[in-house]
Amino acid sequence: MTERHPPRSAAHELERYDGLFASRTRVMRSSAMRDLMAVTVRPEVISLAGGLPDTSTFPPALFTRLLGQVPVAQALQYGPSEGLPGVREAITRVMAAEHMAVDPDEVIVTTGGQQAIDLVTKALIDPGDIVIAEAPTYPGAVPTFCAYEAEVIQIEMDGDGMSLDALEETLARLDREHRRPKFIYTIPTFQNPAGVTMSLARRRRLVNLARERELIVLEDNPYGLLRYEGDSLPTLRSLEVPAGSTDDNDFVIYAGTMSKILSPGVRVGWLVAPRPLLAKLILGKQSSDLCSSTLTQHFVAAYFATADWHGYIDELRGLYHRRRDVILDALAEHLPAAATWTHPEGGLFIWVTLPDFIHTTDLLARALAENVAFVPGEAAFADGRGQHSMRLNFSSEADDDIREGVRRIGKIVAEQVGLHDKLTGRRSGVAGSPAEQAAPPESAAAPDNVLALPRRGSTEGRRSRKA
Amino acid sequence: MTRVALLKGGRSLERQVSLASGARVEDALERLGHEVVPIDVGTDLVTRLREAAPEVAFVALHGRGGEDGTVQELLEVLEIPYTGSGVHACVRCSDKMLAKHALRDGGLPTPDWVVLGQIGFHELGMAEALSDIAERLSFPLVVKPVSQGSSLGVKFAGSGAELPAALIAALSYGPRVLLERYVDGRELAVSMLWDEHGEGVQVLPIVEAVPRGREFYDFAARYEIGRTDFLCPATLDDEVAADVGRIARSAWELLDCRGFARLDMILGPDGPTVLEVNSVPGLTETSLLPQAADAAGLSFDDVVARVLAEAATR
Repeated sequence: MTERHPPRSAAHELERYDGLFASRTRVMRSSAMRDLMAVTVRPEVISLAGGLPDTSTFPPALFTRLLGQVPVAQALQYGPSEGLPGVREAITRVMAAEHMAVDPDEVIVTTGGQQAIDLVTKALIDPGDIVIAEAPTYPGAVPTFCAYEAEVIQIEMDGDGMSLDALEETLARLDREHRRPKFIYTIPTFQNPAGVTMSLARRRRLVNLARERELIVLEDNPYGLLRYEGDSLPTLRSLEVPAGSTDDNDFVIYAGTMSKILSPGVRVGWLVAPRPLLAKLILGKQSSDLCSSTLTQHFVAAYFATADWHGYIDELRGLYHRRRDVILDALAEHLPAAATWTHPEGGLFIWVTLPDFIHTTDLLARALAENVAFVPGEAAFADGRGQHSMRLNFSSEADDDIREGVRRIGKIVAEQVGLHDKLTGRRSGVAGSPAEQAAPPESAAAPDNVLALPRRGSTEGRRSRKA
Repeated sequence: MTRVALLKGGRSLERQVSLASGARVEDALERLGHEVVPIDVGTDLVTRLREAAPEVAFVALHGRGGEDGTVQELLEVLEIPYTGSGVHACVRCSDKMLAKHALRDGGLPTPDWVVLGQIGFHELGMAEALSDIAERLSFPLVVKPVSQGSSLGVKFAGSGAELPAALIAALSYGPRVLLERYVDGRELAVSMLWDEHGEGVQVLPIVEAVPRGREFYDFAARYEIGRTDFLCPATLDDEVAADVGRIARSAWELLDCRGFARLDMILGPDGPTVLEVNSVPGLTETSLLPQAADAAGLSFDDVVARVLAEAATR
């Protein structure tokens, strides 16, 4: 017998633990969907599910050289909670590439962008407080908000991002109830999971709204430098604090990450916050992990000090641009006419909406039998919506696997559409190539089809009926 | 000390649950002084079993492959004694249609049902008969995949309009679906454990699952603390409790279960009725069989020891 596990009483285990858990764990849920997602890591599965960058593109020789440059004693030591100076300086250069001027001392290095969301939520949210997010929103943010017992209100989007009309209506309703949100969480550029980008007009309107109402906006911008077409738009941060401005009375907290432009393995993200918030965020960081890994921070500092990081981002941009085109072509070829999807100008994701008789969590079970995976739309909602949508990633699998993965998804969707036709005696339109189909009926837009879905062949995108 | 191969994980959709069950069983076996060889079941299972050369295999697998007779058949071929029910019982328990036929043929109550398959829809025009089926069973209906454990893919259809989406969802998990008359009532779980003495099987105290403010007992709730309240022993009239126990014991014999099993029942207006029988019941922190055992004064280790001892009698 090994001594690994000391004997313990199994009696009354459930009741015992139930009494021990913090009340917030009641809203920290796993779900059928998450259990299914656990099966997607099988090697034979073509996964269009993850949000993974293609790290195989990073030159191994460069990796080795950078590691050789890491100062050993310091790298193995604790570091400052706000991050190493070299990394904070590098972050200001990355932000400058998106026309944002920040001082290194306004930056807190976080353990990935995920910790940035966590720290802001920890600093601002009491149980029952309101967070406003987009519908759909980043699936990884939902459990964070829930862990702090926030009430999440999700605002519908269209091809121009979050509907500001809907946001104002929500704020007005909350006013009447004498409530106000603690912050608005948005991914304005190449949104995860929707793949849409907030228009300039809406960005201006959101920043003005935040200023007028003194509302904090958490701008999450992991993908801004991964634009494949169209013109760059200013970040909310740069609209709020124009270059050269000395005004620091701003309401935008900016979150960035190295995950998509360098590596998620280094776990380096950051926050830039209004100064009064910085101190609280640093205290929160100290209680979480004292400091982010000094080892990987030294690696990141060496990378930005000595490597052609602009060149590497250009290379990623070229690769992902091609894969985006591959997936868009594959979707047009393989998905039935009753499906719609977004046309991202950058980033890593496409949001696909299927007819309302198809539940994507159940569809995932079928997809796994065909060795292909996606993220069911439910993951992007705190309230169970999104059941007929899915998120597809196009950055991590090779071109042929993307094509094959979409072909398999198309096949099972067509199967289910065909079955629905048989069951109802109706025709949803599945036979033949989608290009030959008439425009999908409006009924294809389910009540929870919250996102305007630009049709294939239209890069402009159609506006939502709700927009 | 016995050399035990602990089979867990696997490729089924219930992999996560199985890993949780397996981890607990592994701890228990070690506490009991056995030598444990944990195996996350994959394509190299036969090789790994041959290398491990166990005296017994403890099957902590749920769902397809592990609970449906497949791994049991394999263990028979390799002549490795294993825990729990044999091939025949596993096949019948995991296939809800076969289980319900067996129960009904044996005179035990189970809600009315119809089984539909992809082939019926695609090749026999079964869709035309949907309204007749609905009329015969009457709404609301519960639509379930025929061979999927847990409550994955289980849908309600309150009306004919909701039926196509429910059928499509359930058919995502396999080629056949069960349409079952919905019985409104109290949800009971009856766990059973091999008993060397007495009558061969011990019916453990009945657990009642009371969802917290939820319409339906879903997959997430089944394995999570805090989503459902479990009352054990359930407060039942002596007569009802005796009836439930009698039905459970009969089902165990009818289906030829061994080691352990769990019956899910509804106590409806017409008395108790059996929904399904699980041949490899969950053994996680929140599973019902361990709770029932606890109420009977049996620790988790006692449960594992008994299930293992039963395997050694073969």
